[in-house]
Order: sequence, then structure tokens, then C-alpha cells
Amino acid sequence: METPFGAIHSSNITPDVETGIGTWSEAAFKRAMRLGVSREGEHLIPAFPYDHFTKMTDQDLSDLYAFLMTRPAVHLAPRPNELPFPLSLRIMQAGWKLMFFSPGAYKPDPSHDALWNRGAYLAEGNAHCGACHTPRNFMGAEKKGSQYDGAVVDNWIAPPLNEHNPTPTTWTEDELFQYLRFGVAPLHGPAGGPMSPVPHRFLSTVPEEDVHAIAHYYADVDHAAERSKHDAAALALAMEQSRAGLIGPNPDPDAKLYQGACAACHYNAAPAPVLGRPDLALNNALWLDEPTNLFQVMLHGLTAEEGQSGVAMPSFYNALSDADMARIAAYLRRTRTTLPPWTDLEKKAAAIRSTVQSSPVNSSH
Amino acid sequence: MITFKLNGRDVSIDVPEDTPLLWALRDDLDLTGTKFGCGVGQCGACTVLVGGRATRSCITPMSSIEGADITTIEGLDPQGQHPVQEAWKDIQVPQCGYCQSGQIMQAVSLLKDYPDPTDEEIDGVMGGSLCRCMTYVRIRKAIKKAAAALRAQTSGKETSHG
Repeated sequence: METPFGAIHSSNITPDVETGIGTWSEAAFKRAMRLGVSREGEHLIPAFPYDHFTKMTDQDLSDLYAFLMTRPAVHLAPRPNELPFPLSLRIMQAGWKLMFFSPGAYKPDPSHDALWNRGAYLAEGNAHCGACHTPRNFMGAEKKGSQYDGAVVDNWIAPPLNEHNPTPTTWTEDELFQYLRFGVAPLHGPAGGPMSPVPHRFLSTVPEEDVHAIAHYYADVDHAAERSKHDAAALALAMEQSRAGLIGPNPDPDAKLYQGACAACHYNAAPAPVLGRPDLALNNALWLDEPTNLFQVMLHGLTAEEGQSGVAMPSFYNALSDADMARIAAYLRRTRTTLPPWTDLEKKAAAIRSTVQSSPVNSSH
Repeated sequence: MITFKLNGRDVSIDVPEDTPLLWALRDDLDLTGTKFGCGVGQCGACTVLVGGRATRSCITPMSSIEGADITTIEGLDPQGQHPVQEAWKDIQVPQCGYCQSGQIMQAVSLLKDYPDPTDEEIDGVMGGSLCRCMTYVRIRKAIKKAAAALRAQTSGKETSHG
């Protein structure tokens, strides 16, 4: 895990006696989850999100312990972390806890119903959504006043999950459920990058009712009930924008580039996008403050296992230069959003490209 | 080893993960109906269906299609008589023919999304499939003819069940 403080390597949580947690009692395991303290009594680094796991119920922690201790043991010593001195001193973590950590199991909010509370419990605890979607302060703690405002993680933007989410149509309970359960929301598009495993490896395997609960909770966090009254108008506008530059003669070379590379799959006609044609006018990637996610998806594409199951987006790593990617990004932002243009696009395209280790596809021409 | 479904059959092939799907189809699986055009996803000649959706195979790595369901021009219909292929023959769409398997695959995908496509919808979806012989007028005509045939097929099925 790349952090602003250096690389942190995950630890071995198989029941291996020498390199894993094979000697950990259930009590030691629960103490680690609730208080961020290892079996040996050392403070754990908060990259391990015990600030979320502390909210889990005693029963869930027991179940998790039983699950982990019955997995096959793997003998593998974790790689040492690269935290600089003095952060490398575990005692430094004590101060962090004092400032930023409040232990304690989730307390149901009596002003909300059982579904909401179930969703909040799962989202804030086990699923620890805020670990990526809440920005962190200079000490690496989630900023209390900015919960779910969105943040940069692994060279992607984890978008805001609250009312600051910028997409033209609201993340309603149904959109959230489709996205979290199946990896694609009809109006918002597919899950990509580090988010893709969340539906496909995790939330597609849990009881459906729990995913409904999480969707129900976030539809409240983003104020969907009030904001969704504008959705019909936003959708109509997006469908109008989706055809921009594609119909009839168009002298704009950027529109031509978009038509050649993207429109066959991303064009949509009223009344609503076809599932499998993610509409860019409605997608987070065009509406975030930076083109990061748009460039990531252009370079990587999406595999059949990511996003919408069974369909793939090609990798444009070799097909589009940094300048081409910049032109498409600028064109989409100016024709399909009402937001100010992005700046330094070519430089940003090159920067994102430099994070991709090698071209996903060996195409040439 | 990458495993996927190709024209209804299970296939496993041992190629590097970054191999373009187009190369695997043509060089390893001997399905040469899919053509190499520009190699950069800008012309549509290499279009195949991945999970039923038109996809540029020249820039789609094999790693992306693990477990997916691929249809090429060879797999559209056992006798080559898919309504889109029939319309193509009736209207005599091809001139040199090089881009046409890609055009047909893109048209098949279009008609799933828009069973009765307007000129605008045809332009919107087919605009990325280039034809240097300029057969565009006949392509549009054939798409409309195929659309009518497919709709008749569908309503025929509905009647027979009803």
C-alpha cells in the first residue's frame, strides 16, 4: 500500500504459527480489531483500519476469527514496511490514537430504522468505505469534518459518497444497489480500478439484504431523496449531450477523434442509456475535479471480470498518445459537462500513464 | 492459459496475457474473418462481440476476456444467414469487403440496443466503423432491412407463443 509516508505491506493473517496469526487467541485478535494493538502489545499502523473495525459487534469479530483460523496456513514472512524514522517507532502510533481514534462498537441511531442502521453498521465498520472515500489529514487520519468528500487512492479518485458527488443524476438507493451488487449502475456506469473487486469479489457474495442496507444508508448520506427531483431533467440533458458532435458534418477534430475511438460504444439516444453503453455525460469520470479516472480507464480499459460482467473495454494505452487523451478529455468536459475546463491535461495524461507499469496490450500498427 | 467461450465452444489457449484478441483469433485459432485495419481501435475492421457487445479486438488484451463469451463473424450463424448477413447480401453492400465483417458485427450489436434505429442512432453507433469504398449508404439501407427482418422474427415468435 503506497502511502504519503512510505510503502506499507500487509501482514500475514493466515493461521501460520511463525509468520501469521496462528498463535493469536481470540482475545488477542479482538483486541487488534478493536484497539489496534498486536498480540505482542505493539501499536498497529492505522493503514490497518482498526478505526473502522472497532465498530464491529462481538459476534462478527468471533465469526471473523473462526473464519480466518480455519483457512490454510501460509508460511510467508511479511515484507518490512518503509516508514521513515520516527514513524517507524510503534510508540509514535500511540500519539496518533490519542488524537484521532475513538474506540467502541457501533451504536444504533434511534432516529433511523433498522435497515439504515444495518447499512451504517456495515459501511462504517466491516466494509470501511471511508478508508478510501474520506480524505485524510497530514497525519493520515480521516478528516472528521469531510467524511465521504472523496480522496485519491492508488492513483485513482475515490469519488465523494455524500451530497458533494458531482454526477448529474443522483446515486439513488437503486443505483447504489446495482453498482455494489453487480458492478454497474444503469445511469452511472461500471466500477473500475480499485473499486471493481468490491462488488465482484465481496458484495456479490454477501446476503443481498446487506447490500440493500448499505445502498439504503448511502442514499441517505448523499441526500438522494431531495436531490433526485432534478434527475429527469439531468438525464434528458445528458441524452442530448451524448449525441453532440456525432450527427452530421462536424469540423471539430476533437469530435472526430472521440467518434473514432469512443462513440461506437458510448453514444446513447433518449430516453436513457443502454446498459453496456456507459454514458460519459452522466459518469463521475467527467465530473470530478481531475481527469484521473478518465485517463486510468482509457489506459487500462476494463476486463470482462471488472465493471459490467462479461463485457470488456479495450486498452487505449498504445492507441492514444498523451496529446490524444488530453484532446478527448477536454472535448468531453466542454461538451458534456457544465464545469470549468481541466488544466494541464497532456501533463496529467503523461503522469497517469507513468503509473501504468507496462502496456496492458501488445498492440502495434 | 486463458479460457473463454468462442462461437459457443469452450476454448483455452496459451498466449501471453497482453496478446491482442485479434491476433489470437487470426493466428492461433485460424478465424481470419476478423480483419486487421488500423491496429489502434480507430476504424472498426476488427470488431467482434464480447458478451454480446461490439468490441475492437485489436486493442483488447487476452487478459481482459478470461471467462468471456466471444462471437466472431464465423459464429454469427451456422449457415452465414443471420438477418444482418442476409440483408448485406440482398443489398450487395460490400465493394472491396475488407471492413465488412467489422461493419456487420457492429450492426448486430446496434440492432440489439436499437431494434428500430433512426438515421441518427445508426450514425451515432456506426460512426466509428470506417469504409474506404464509401459503402455507407448501402450499409444504412441494409441495417434498416435487417432491423425489419429481426423485428418480424421477434413478433412472429411472440405470435406463435401467444
